[in-house]
Amino acid sequence: MLSGKGGTGKTLVSTNLALCMEANYVDADVEEPNGFIFLKPKIENIDNVEVDIPSIDTNRCQKCYKCVSFCDFNALAIAKDDILVFDKLCHSCGGCKIVCDYGAISYKKKKIGIIEKGTCRNIKCLRGVLNIGEAISSSLVKKLLSNLSSEINIIDSAPGTSCNVVNTLSYAGCAILVTEPTEFGLHDLKRAITLVENLKIPFGVVINRVIKHDNIIKKYCENKNIKILGEINYDKKIAELYSNGNLLIDNDSYKKVFIDLSKNIKEHLLCR
Amino acid sequence: MKIAISSQGKEENSLMDSRFGRCEYFCIYDIEDDGFKVIENTAINSNAGAGIEAANLVLKENIDAIVTGNIGPHANEVLKRSNIKIFTSDVKKISDIINEYKGNKLKEFNN
Repeated sequence: MLSGKGGTGKTLVSTNLALCMEANYVDADVEEPNGFIFLKPKIENIDNVEVDIPSIDTNRCQKCYKCVSFCDFNALAIAKDDILVFDKLCHSCGGCKIVCDYGAISYKKKKIGIIEKGTCRNIKCLRGVLNIGEAISSSLVKKLLSNLSSEINIIDSAPGTSCNVVNTLSYAGCAILVTEPTEFGLHDLKRAITLVENLKIPFGVVINRVIKHDNIIKKYCENKNIKILGEINYDKKIAELYSNGNLLIDNDSYKKVFIDLSKNIKEHLLCR
Repeated sequence: MKIAISSQGKEENSLMDSRFGRCEYFCIYDIEDDGFKVIENTAINSNAGAGIEAANLVLKENIDAIVTGNIGPHANEVLKRSNIKIFTSDVKKISDIINEYKGNKLKEFNN
């Protein structure tokens, strides 16, 4: 579940759809995971996620600074006669240790976040939570998504088209792009479409906050022959339910939207 | 005594760049022999940590101080640990900043 633009309703669609389809819910928006606010799963397991950060043995270091020039993220720097390590810039690629001719680099573990597992009604719920202040979340996303079960997993992605989204898509069989009928929604939808098309991932679009049936997203998708999987109306009642942490499928007026959406997804994305 | 000034251009009458890590050039001025030299800031296109890379770049010039508009925490740490003095200034001509430096009129950045 991705969107391009933030705040279009990825979590609204993901949480309700997961329950409707009896699929697992996976919150991969690790910088601000919010799906559990609605699903309120009973947490059964918490795993720490650690990354490797270089540590320099000053007795062995010969100050050749190969490691500093190798690091593409400037996580290592020369300061007078020392080498400084900036943990938060390190991508844990392991390269600095390989280029060091003096065996002066080893790695120490640093915890960057956790993975929580739980159950809500009859579905499995998972989420990654990045520690506040951490800048690099790719390792957490990869760890979260690398051992998913073989059932249907609905992955609630981060917004945008950044590394986290690309990482998430590399574990996805198909994609649902949630958008809204605004210029911003369309602009960022186009970027998300470029991304999924480049990665050759089958996809469809869900339009949220529909006021007029005939809108810019619809026109764009029809023009490009892109499947619209579902539409959710712009409705104050939905905003009220959502802001109170409630699920739409518990309300008879909205349940049908997700039943129809599930059907369309099964027909157009999962049967391919 | 050498100072590096983040700069928008390559001349003494170019304006200072208020950014450190992602400025276009560094003007290096030597007080002793009035020497003036310009280096391109290759850190400008870094994916991350441009301030750190820029700090390492100017350190290679054996400078004693830098003048810029604002400095981030990473670059600040590299420069502080290397005993480099950091001065801040508003955006002005490089030649004016050199004169202010000579007259001890620049504000030292302490953080």
